[in-house]
Amino acid sequence: MVKLNVNSKSHDCDISNDMPLLWALRDILNLTGTKYGCGVAQCGACVVHLDGEAVRSCVTKVSRAEGKKITTIEGLSLNNDHPLQKAWQEIDVPQCGYCHSGQIMSAAVLLRENKNPTDEDIDNAMAGNICRCGTYPRVRKAIHIAADMQRKAENKS
Amino acid sequence: MNNNRPSHYISPSKKNKKIAVLLVLSVIISVTAFGINSRYNAQNTYTAIPKSTVKKDSIASVKAFEKVYAVLMSPRCVNCHPIGDIPLQGDDSHVHKMFPKRGEDGKGLYAMKCANCHQSENTKGEHAPPGAENWHLPPANMKMVFEGRSAHDLAKQLIDTKQNGNKDMKKLLEHADDGLVLSGWKPAQGNSLPPMSHSEFKKAWTTWLENGAYAPAKK
Repeated sequence: MVKLNVNSKSHDCDISNDMPLLWALRDILNLTGTKYGCGVAQCGACVVHLDGEAVRSCVTKVSRAEGKKITTIEGLSLNNDHPLQKAWQEIDVPQCGYCHSGQIMSAAVLLRENKNPTDEDIDNAMAGNICRCGTYPRVRKAIHIAADMQRKAENKS
Repeated sequence: MNNNRPSHYISPSKKNKKIAVLLVLSVIISVTAFGINSRYNAQNTYTAIPKSTVKKDSIASVKAFEKVYAVLMSPRCVNCHPIGDIPLQGDDSHVHKMFPKRGEDGKGLYAMKCANCHQSENTKGEHAPPGAENWHLPPANMKMVFEGRSAHDLAKQLIDTKQNGNKDMKKLLEHADDGLVLSGWKPAQGNSLPPMSHSEFKKAWTTWLENGAYAPAKK
């Protein structure tokens, strides 16, 4: 039995210790927002947060995730209102959309660690998230918009 | 007074004065030279090798370093000691795809931290990430570059505590059994092993260090 804490909910899963976290999330817990892309940590479609870090769930065994806080795209915000989610909607970033939960989860780590990222910072953070549709310019633009929203919200509070 | 002395004659009192001046001068020169030497040592040599306690055999040391160098320049070692801020990959040591950057602590940046993909062990499958505990590059303030280093320069660098992670002789000897060093002998699928066994490498490493850690001649 493997105990997983996903999006602040605890789950006892009757699965093998070496099951990739992505399998547990999608096939056991039915959290299908996180996508399978390459299976070897090369595309970024499967990024989730493990204690706040943007791990690739396709190569992360559930044994590593036990006792840690897992956050998926479904748990990034309460009402799909994370600044990144709002910015993504504002300028219609996705084309096919398949890679974008991974894109947003990676970008969320960037914005947590760097409130005012430059284009170079964005490239450094997002270079591992591949988009077959080539939405990179909109991804970059949306991250700048989200950073702006985040800063304004913080200045108000 | 004898006025018939030869022109080169020096009276005993003058002779004593001259000797005294020469003595003072030699003391000044010695002190100055020692001071310069000490200053030179303080500024330029931070060697991990305690010269007084190590047996010195430059031939055995340099010969052992040939083996050490062959291992350190193999892809399993050099790939994480790049000259730039992006690690290398594969047996051809190409620049790591996705261009992950070193970061201040050597563990990557933002969503591109080493351990986001590299687990505590190799992930099975071709092109899957190799892994070991605490996978990382040397930090930004001490990059410990292997890539492109000559045998002479690398040997000098390895014993310079200002360039080797502040490792003294004891720590250098222990480093042969460091987890990340050992992981070189557990390559991921598709990657080759270093050119000799770990025990052979460790023996060469120890021989090199314990015989004075001599650097091969410049070529």
